[in-house]
Amino acid sequence: MKIDRRLIKNFDFVTFLLIIGMAVIGIMTIYSATRHPIPGGDMPTYYMRQLYWLFVSILFLVAIVSFDYIWLKRLAYVLYGAGIFLLLLVLFLGKAGMGAQRWLNLGIFSFQPSEVFRLLYLITISRYLSELQGEVTLVSLLRTFMMLTFVPVALLIEQPDLGTAIMLMLVFFSMVSIKGLHRRALVLVVLIGLVSIPFLGHIFWAGLKDYQKNRLVAFIEPESDPSGIGYHISQSKIAIGSGCFAGKGYLKGTQGPFRFLPEKHTDFIFSVFAEEWGFAGSFVLLFLYLSLILRGLDTARKAKDEFGSLLAFGISFMFTIYFFVNVGMTLGIMPVVGVPLPFMSYGGTSLLANFVAAGILINIRTRRFELFY
Amino acid sequence: MSTDGRSSEKVLAAGYIIVALFFVLAIRLWQLQILEGDEYRKISEENRLRIVRVAAPRGIIYDRNGTPLVRNTPYYYVSINSQNLRNIDVPALADLLSMDRDSLIEKIKGRNQQNKYEPIRLKDGLSMKEVARIEARRSDFPGLEVDVDVSRDYLFGETGAHLIGYLGKPNRFQYKNPDFRDVPSDAFIGQWGAERLYDKVLRGTSGERVIEVDALGRELRLLSEKPPVRGEDIKLAMDINLQKQAEEAFGDKTGALVAIKPDTGEIIALVSKPSFDPNLFARGIKYKEWEELSENRKLPMLDRAMQSQYPPGSTFKIITAIAALEQGVADTNTKVTCDGSISYGRWRFGCWLKTGHGTLNMHKALVESCDVFFYEMGRRLGIDKIAAYARMFGLGRESGLQLVKERSGLIPDTKWKLEKKRQPWYLGETFNAAIGQGYVAATPFQMAEVTSIVANGGYVYRPSLLALASAPQPVEKLNIRPETFEAVKSGLFGVVNEKGGTGSAARSSMVNICGKTGTAQVVGTRRDSKYVPEKYRDHAWFVAFAPYEAPKIALSVFIEHGGHGGEAAGPIVKRTIEAYMRIEKNENRQAPD
Repeated sequence: MKIDRRLIKNFDFVTFLLIIGMAVIGIMTIYSATRHPIPGGDMPTYYMRQLYWLFVSILFLVAIVSFDYIWLKRLAYVLYGAGIFLLLLVLFLGKAGMGAQRWLNLGIFSFQPSEVFRLLYLITISRYLSELQGEVTLVSLLRTFMMLTFVPVALLIEQPDLGTAIMLMLVFFSMVSIKGLHRRALVLVVLIGLVSIPFLGHIFWAGLKDYQKNRLVAFIEPESDPSGIGYHISQSKIAIGSGCFAGKGYLKGTQGPFRFLPEKHTDFIFSVFAEEWGFAGSFVLLFLYLSLILRGLDTARKAKDEFGSLLAFGISFMFTIYFFVNVGMTLGIMPVVGVPLPFMSYGGTSLLANFVAAGILINIRTRRFELFY
Repeated sequence: MSTDGRSSEKVLAAGYIIVALFFVLAIRLWQLQILEGDEYRKISEENRLRIVRVAAPRGIIYDRNGTPLVRNTPYYYVSINSQNLRNIDVPALADLLSMDRDSLIEKIKGRNQQNKYEPIRLKDGLSMKEVARIEARRSDFPGLEVDVDVSRDYLFGETGAHLIGYLGKPNRFQYKNPDFRDVPSDAFIGQWGAERLYDKVLRGTSGERVIEVDALGRELRLLSEKPPVRGEDIKLAMDINLQKQAEEAFGDKTGALVAIKPDTGEIIALVSKPSFDPNLFARGIKYKEWEELSENRKLPMLDRAMQSQYPPGSTFKIITAIAALEQGVADTNTKVTCDGSISYGRWRFGCWLKTGHGTLNMHKALVESCDVFFYEMGRRLGIDKIAAYARMFGLGRESGLQLVKERSGLIPDTKWKLEKKRQPWYLGETFNAAIGQGYVAATPFQMAEVTSIVANGGYVYRPSLLALASAPQPVEKLNIRPETFEAVKSGLFGVVNEKGGTGSAARSSMVNICGKTGTAQVVGTRRDSKYVPEKYRDHAWFVAFAPYEAPKIALSVFIEHGGHGGEAAGPIVKRTIEAYMRIEKNENRQAPD
């Protein structure tokens, strides 16, 4: 494919540099979090593996940007079908970890289909909604839900991957809201929401695994369970709080390498960062994420078509949810749902999926003037 | 653009909501890092740093000749890392430690909830055999560890146990006491005797290791270290050979013996029988052993030398005699006739010899311990004068040694009677007091002090548990004429060495022993000791010093329910004094100067 000069001229370098920056900060923090507490001691090579994944992710991003995202729209239902197939595969062949069956082993590496599926879902729902004329009526709301959302949510709950399931539901409602709900449909959604909260809550609670219940209990009452999840939250708060204003300095944090902090290089990477860089560094990091998300929303407004607009919004919304849930968890204001911090947490699939998502954002923004491609 | 205006507005609105969400996160960050940051910084340091106190090697306790009385020994205990609890086969572990299952489970459950990474101590005071067995099977129980502390071996067992004392774990109150602030939490401290009294000196200064630990409590590295400073040794005034022989002389009798060097005030022997084995405590006394000790009717844990007081009986006549001579109510020629009793109003006060002693002077009255003579002295003196002299010799108050919580004894007078009993003093009570009965009470230690002051001619020395490097200055010289002491001492010589003396059982061919017997009544009337059940038998006293010419040792012997003082205690006095004379002679030969 011939690279268009306009493609380079209009390339969204801001988003690209933001995510590269986050990934590099992430790798540095993974290094610090997993270093041996005694300088010079052996340490696992998570940071190296994440670096390899970063190169792979950049290649994927470039690939994604190089062809028009209109192809995503065209292939949406095929991709969706493939995604559902992956979710089914993981239910039957997946390997378990931490009481959940989320991983597919592909020989040289294993990956989490749910990480990929959320993107495929976004593409599909964006296409479906973009082809819908006018506001979403009651009937089309229910139809959309039953056709595109119910099956994957049920499969995800079965894994169980509660985080992604809730995430899909939120994306669904936010997308139809942005598309525009008909007044009656809106009233119904709100009413159903209000009435079913206690009812659903009950079913939801009954359907939870024990470790998931513990997380919720521990969130409400951290002292009830000092060695379990509540312990994680308090150690995370200690890590973040002990950073004070200026932080302890890079490679000077103790909560991570001394193993007080669990999941230090994955879900609690922000705690490790905040301990070493303090309020000043954390604030800058917040600002980076906010910039990325606002840039994405701006892309949604400037996209050349409704599909691109909805997709850009969906991706930005997903980043927001992940960021807010993850950081909120480390700060002790959200329950522990085991959601990684986009671009920073250790994990190849997650990094790759997020780079692909960001690649789509860049793609949409870069081609915003190409009305007649 | 195909996106319609309304949709664009909604995206904008979403943007505002997202900015607001970030604001919430920033505020929370501010709260944790700026407002509560210092607090969290502290917690993270506490997370990471452990200060481990290292007990200093304890000072050794020697006797006056440099014989070590104690030895520091390793003390093994087994603990388990709380991280490994989940995978532990409890029945097998109980088997290995030969503990019953329930008490093992109780130990594990009762662990320190504050510091859940602290290893749980499962069993203390392991024998070498147990250590070997546990070490051999340690790989089956991950997290099981045998650690070592320092405890004591008491080399002479029960001998001198009340004086030497023992070590034990600090109790609840001692944990809070600032005196023990820098003592490692599970170190042993002195709990009894010299171990307790000189704990601060013996203990030394514990060292400190500041280490960095991870969440599992594993030591990562040493950040700083302050080595412990070994405790100082102490040298007791006690002579372990004398102590041993005195205790042997006691046999299985119940009672006390206190021996003092009259020229220094050093306490060279302190016996309280029955005794106990301090090694039981040092290796962590078992409940059953403690129960046995504390429920023993003979109270082995009671220091009878200082913690029990009795009427001193006729040994108190020494005080009455000195008071009479000093106050001029009698001189060495004053004679009193004893016909077996003295009448006062409707009361009759009998002499122990019902047939009477006939006419006798002070010397003879001391030798034969005539009660009537001293009734008369008491009548002439009055109780307040007797009491004043008794107090000069240290009776009626604590010695201030603080070895144990000691009894103060009791010297009654008119003021005391009025205050305590709200009654005036009666002359009959003076009669009783003059012969050491009635209200008068003294500890064996106090009577040894009295004897020592008489022996050295009126010099009061501060009693010392520690061996003194040089001759001490007396605290005071009593204002009593030398002739008075000479007269009394010659009487005390007669008690042991003259015909009719009550203390002839202590007579020695080796050394001139002076002494005074005494009998403290247990029940109202005196009975012949041999035919009375032991618990109604009188207590026997014997105070003595030797040699007459230049006293080297002064002592008191008290035997509970021993019957008559002379018969029961005389042989112990003789044996102890002779033993000391032999020890003295050997020393002088070894160190010619």
